[in-house]
Amino acid sequence: MLIYCSKPCMDRENNMDNTVIRIQDAVVSYREDVALQGVSLDVRKGEFIGVIGPNGAGKTTLLTVINGLGKLVHGQAWVLGSPVNGRNGISLRKRIGYVAQVENIDPRLPISVRETVMVGCYGRLGLLRRPTRAQWEAVDRALSMVGMAHLSHRPIGHLSGGEYQRAAIARALIQQPEILLLDEPIASIDLQAQGEILSLIQLIHREYHMTTLFVTHDLRQLPSICHRLVLMKEGKIWKQGSPKSTLRDDILSQLFGAPVSIHSQSTIAY
Amino acid sequence: MQNAMLAALCGGITCSVIGVFVVTMHLSFIGVCIAHAAFAGALLGVWLGFNPLIGALLFSLASAAIIGPMADRGELNPDTSIGIVFSLMLGLAFLFMGLMPGARTEALSLFWGSILTVSRENLIFLAIVTAIIAGLVVAFYKEIQAVICHRQVALAVGIPATLIFYGLLFSTGVTITASLQSIGGLLIYSLILNPAAAAYQLTYSLKRMLIIAVIFGIISCWAGLATSYFLDLPSGAAIVITSSVIFGLATAFSPKRKVKGWQQAPVVS
Repeated sequence: MLIYCSKPCMDRENNMDNTVIRIQDAVVSYREDVALQGVSLDVRKGEFIGVIGPNGAGKTTLLTVINGLGKLVHGQAWVLGSPVNGRNGISLRKRIGYVAQVENIDPRLPISVRETVMVGCYGRLGLLRRPTRAQWEAVDRALSMVGMAHLSHRPIGHLSGGEYQRAAIARALIQQPEILLLDEPIASIDLQAQGEILSLIQLIHREYHMTTLFVTHDLRQLPSICHRLVLMKEGKIWKQGSPKSTLRDDILSQLFGAPVSIHSQSTIAY
Repeated sequence: MQNAMLAALCGGITCSVIGVFVVTMHLSFIGVCIAHAAFAGALLGVWLGFNPLIGALLFSLASAAIIGPMADRGELNPDTSIGIVFSLMLGLAFLFMGLMPGARTEALSLFWGSILTVSRENLIFLAIVTAIIAGLVVAFYKEIQAVICHRQVALAVGIPATLIFYGLLFSTGVTITASLQSIGGLLIYSLILNPAAAAYQLTYSLKRMLIIAVIFGIISCWAGLATSYFLDLPSGAAIVITSSVIFGLATAFSPKRKVKGWQQAPVVS
């Protein structure tokens, strides 16, 4: 049981289940734009949740609420037993892995793949402490696991999109997170690399049973391992449920505002 | 001359180290802006009769404190906001200079620097700043590396990335202040940018980049000093021209020029 919160509501309710993320009536706004409007969500330990919806639905903002980078203007969030607030964001993020979309990186950047992966350790390691030999060995093992051992000394800016994401996943693993947030991790990379990284993500979940939230706007990128899907639209959770109950042509067409045929989404296998 | 050599050594080290961070983070314009703020602050000190170093320090730290959030929050385009602060600082510098009564010898020496006549007090200040900057880089190397190469990732893994970022901006301000009297307000920035930019062309390792930049910085300062001594040229200008030549050579022989062709080669995964 992962019960850490001193809040009475959490004590009362979480002792009954394994809730590691609880968001209640969350509102987030960026100046005049409201990115999240009264979102409530519970996530149990070990769940793999797919968060889908069109662009601008608030999916990424939902992840930033969980890792403490998003500022709530209303509502509350508890993650790993602690209320999320401005004071504990850094300590919380040490326990949460985050993999974002492929970003444009300066090819001249003076840092290798191995050093980039090691950055995942730095939060937990703390200030004024150097990585140990054991941690470097763990980095090498993580790189082997994601199939990147042969590129470990290459400059990070010289990787392809797929390779960069593998390195980002290795970095998240080395952090030994209790929650893994994947924000469009296979967007903007080629189809073959997408398939390989999806398999890797599913393998990692089967191996470590990490609580995982996988955000995507593309149904073809949704891993088949999802236990539950959260459908977001216009800053709200529009629907949620098992993949079987939510992945229906009529529901998805309404969600995306365009005709969607689930049979044409070839990589989904429910 | 001994004091000048020591000032050149300290200035070469600190400016180059700070330059590595500025260049890697693509914050060149922020550095220019802080350099001009320090210059304006020093001129205020000269005009009002207090220590120019105090004015330079206050103005450079204040400009870093204003520019950092402006660049971070994205309320305005960072180029626009930094440009506004930059032009304000330049305007203030000329205003203070215009308001100064009598000869403006001291003000002009802040323009061009006067490394050959650097005071003992200034040399001690520069040496202390050099030791502090070097100590901080050694102590927080891993956090600095994470922030300058992957700031968003650093934030996401629980590194106090914002604190480190502002620490780097303030260190830039302090370095510029400490080097102002010897290198000069207009020329200091070239000494920050050129050795680091030259080192950036030559290596993919941050540690090596720091070492190469420091070597280039010291060579620039000492070779510039020697040139100015023997040819009777302004020392600051000679230092900056030497560092520019080093940058030109590093770019011409950079292995990174081949990076595009290298990237296009098929990669086995």
